[in-house]
Amino acid sequence: MTTITVTVNGKSYTRDVEPRTLLVHFLRENLSLTGTHVGCDTSQCGACVVHMDGVSVKSCTTLAVQADGASVTTIEGLANGTELHALQEGFWEKHGLQCGYCTPGMIMSAADLLKNNPNPTDDEIRHGLEGNLCRCTGYENIVRAVRYAAEKMNTVNAD
Amino acid sequence: MTTETMFGRALKRREDPRLITGRGQYVDDIQIPGVQRIFFLRSPYAHAMITSIDTSAAEAHPGVMKVYTGKDLPAVPVPCGVNLPDSNQKTPPYFMIATDRVRHTGEIVAAVVASDIGTARDAAEKIVVEYDPLPVVVDAEKSVMDGAPQLYDGIDNNITFDWKLGGGDIDAAFAGAEVVIKQRLVNQRLIPNAMEPRAVAGRYDSATGDLTLWDTDQNPHIIRLLICMLTGIAENKLRVIAPDVGGGFGSKIFLYAEQLLVTTITKDLATPVKWVETRSENFQATTHGRDHVSYVEMAFMKSGKLCGLKVKTYANMGAFMTAFAPLVPTFLYGTLLSGVYDLPALRVETIGVLTNTMAVDAYRGAGRPEASYLLERVMDIAADELNIDPAEIRRMNFIKGEFPHMAVTGMNYDSGDYEGNLDKALAQFGYADWRAKQAEAKAKGRYLGIGLSCYIEACGIAPSKMVGMMGGGVGLWESGTIRVHPTGKVTAYTGAHSHGQGHETTFAQLISDTLGVPYDNVEIVHGDTNQVQFGMGTYGSRSLAVGGTALLKSAQKLVEKGKKIAAHLLEANAADIEYKDGSFSVKGSPDRSKAFGEVVLMAYLAHNYPADLEPGFEEQTFFDPTNFTFPEGTYMAIVEVDPETGTVTPLNFYCMDDCGNVLNPLIAEGQVHGGVAQGIGQALYENAVYDENGQLISGSMMDYAVPKITQLPSYTTEFAPVPSPSNPMGVKGIGEAGTIGSTAAIANAVMDALSSMNIRHIDLPLTSQNVWNAIQAAK
Ligand code: FES
Ligand code: FES
Repeated sequence: MTTITVTVNGKSYTRDVEPRTLLVHFLRENLSLTGTHVGCDTSQCGACVVHMDGVSVKSCTTLAVQADGASVTTIEGLANGTELHALQEGFWEKHGLQCGYCTPGMIMSAADLLKNNPNPTDDEIRHGLEGNLCRCTGYENIVRAVRYAAEKMNTVNAD
Repeated sequence: MTTETMFGRALKRREDPRLITGRGQYVDDIQIPGVQRIFFLRSPYAHAMITSIDTSAAEAHPGVMKVYTGKDLPAVPVPCGVNLPDSNQKTPPYFMIATDRVRHTGEIVAAVVASDIGTARDAAEKIVVEYDPLPVVVDAEKSVMDGAPQLYDGIDNNITFDWKLGGGDIDAAFAGAEVVIKQRLVNQRLIPNAMEPRAVAGRYDSATGDLTLWDTDQNPHIIRLLICMLTGIAENKLRVIAPDVGGGFGSKIFLYAEQLLVTTITKDLATPVKWVETRSENFQATTHGRDHVSYVEMAFMKSGKLCGLKVKTYANMGAFMTAFAPLVPTFLYGTLLSGVYDLPALRVETIGVLTNTMAVDAYRGAGRPEASYLLERVMDIAADELNIDPAEIRRMNFIKGEFPHMAVTGMNYDSGDYEGNLDKALAQFGYADWRAKQAEAKAKGRYLGIGLSCYIEACGIAPSKMVGMMGGGVGLWESGTIRVHPTGKVTAYTGAHSHGQGHETTFAQLISDTLGVPYDNVEIVHGDTNQVQFGMGTYGSRSLAVGGTALLKSAQKLVEKGKKIAAHLLEANAADIEYKDGSFSVKGSPDRSKAFGEVVLMAYLAHNYPADLEPGFEEQTFFDPTNFTFPEGTYMAIVEVDPETGTVTPLNFYCMDDCGNVLNPLIAEGQVHGGVAQGIGQALYENAVYDENGQLISGSMMDYAVPKITQLPSYTTEFAPVPSPSNPMGVKGIGEAGTIGSTAAIANAVMDALSSMNIRHIDLPLTSQNVWNAIQAAK
């Protein structure tokens, strides 16, 4: 067992973990933060994407011990209290989810995309989300949702 | 109080707030104190005798609670719920855990229960299983040959059924025809890949005998019924909950070995246990779809007029048959083979074949995509050979005139306007413009292709009597109960199950309209056998047409009851009461009225109340449709093929769907998008491949191409509703249309792009490798 301290959604947690524990299992099983999902075992689907020190990572391919000392944001920590993040709002408005299983990872990847490129073209949105699979939506409304969020964030920033 | 009409409104979903904030409750999210984890050890061999299993080292592993093998457990069968009439069906016996023989990779041979999944997996590695490998067959056409490896005693040549359907005078039709198009078509095996793998958790209370199962399924009541029938647990002691479910696409309909094992083990240990499928297990052990090889002969006059169709299909069923399996390549396939065309004669034969592969059952569309692909692909081959525009050969053969129309298959099409739909599609999607663009591009050395597909499907599954005639072991009605609480708030219980479809939103829209209560006052409950009366679940695009109708009828019953109460209070005749905008009033004197809330409250108080009326304000309906619904539409695909690499790029995809009246256009459009994506996936990317030893080569998302966001085009969707007379809302269903219609449109577009290269047909998927090979071969 190794002792790690990780800040998750602004709160610090110190826990003993097995060295082989994946970050996603640490979040889901040790912290009961089940919003981050597991959709594969080959690092393909992106259902598990979270932010670690501001960068999106696949938490199924990150060891919990690698997050020692880091600050992690999960889907549960994205909204500002009851105020939804523009992406959450965009996914809701544009019907960017059906079963919702891919959605947390999709939104976290999109947040990273918009941070680096606040004005993406549709092609850039698609390119930026290439590591996230969705079996339900056919992606069209996901593109619309991210476009909605980008426009909204830009309007807010312009105000 | 005025309530706005909700039918037809693109309301955003009320499911979403929990799902976009990470508060969904999928099975693996449910916190069960003390839960132990199960790891299933699976066969690495596709066909072998098990000579011995030694679990002693695993049992001694720290943290292990128990290890089970087949000899520790009762022989509980995994059930097939269909016995096809007149088909000589021989259903193979298959059990929840193997004892002496395995018949496909991934078959369960042992179960380890431990404190956590890592421990269970470590311990499983210490189990020593000795296998004696047997010869393997994975290909349906090879499996029926004399001398092929035999999977089961008593199922000769691995043929599990031989099903036939005919209509019209096929011999005369072919004798009178001028041209016969012959084609062998492969409809490759697919793996559904719902993003949430399966999961089952069980908790048994030894004091009360109550057992709760949290299960990723599309139909919790059927799962409960089957488990109870097979294990002897009383139905009133088993509660099955299908909470948030991350997609199904058919693959979560069936009762699998894992649900039976979790039930058995949690009861045996009197400890909560949970199994969560890995994606690798999902590839190996969750049902697959399609996998047909068909020999087609389609007879025409030179004018393009259709004369007849003969189809012989080898359907690879895998190593055993799950709940609906035999229905899919037979009644859900053969009966749709005449499509939207006035086909004079048809003969179809489907041979169900067992092989050393995972079981094949319903996958989005289930039989209908196979039928639609076959028919629409061969129509295009014929158009090409007869030198007729693909749109024109279709138009010439459409069913026209009065509905209902009895097709040669025996299906009674309820409503449609096939020619009108095609015309609308061609005009709105710019067919002629695209033809011009195609010619321009060609002049510049670019290969654009335009592909059409006119699909039909049978949805609103299904009239129970017909299901019985098809050999199905269930009725396919649906139930809906509406409980209006004394305060006027409403809880509605539906037997349909939502795993992405948005019923919590759409069903509330429906009830709000009929009951005249605000949308926000209506809650929908589904997916819990202890709350919902009974239900058949969601598949076959049935939820709105069948489940929605049950709720609608319950709402109508409540309005009728309300009229009686209001009549009593207003000292009028019930026949003179009308109900509008939440108010019961006497016809012609709107000032004599009672609000919905007053009437409901009086139903509970029953102080001043009609003598012959029961108190309470709750109604239930079990709705059994009298016919299927028949959605139809025209899809048009635009692709570009790179002749150097064989790469196909889908550029645009246009949909003109008649799914009857549309309750929520936002959700209906989403269903079309998702369906089309899966159909394009089949056309261009996805392929489940077993090698000749029965190893699944495409066993991960690295090797099986679930389409990525960069591999799919943008879609244009339009609706051209022709209301269905099969239900009072005039709805048809839209869950599967996209998948059913899109594959052929893409394939036809690719062949159209290659038409100058002397390529008649390439089997799916149209990967760059397959297309490149065809281009080289044609040179
Ligand atoms: S769980 Fe699939 S990429 Fe992490
Ligand atoms: S919404 Fe179901 S997988 Fe994306």
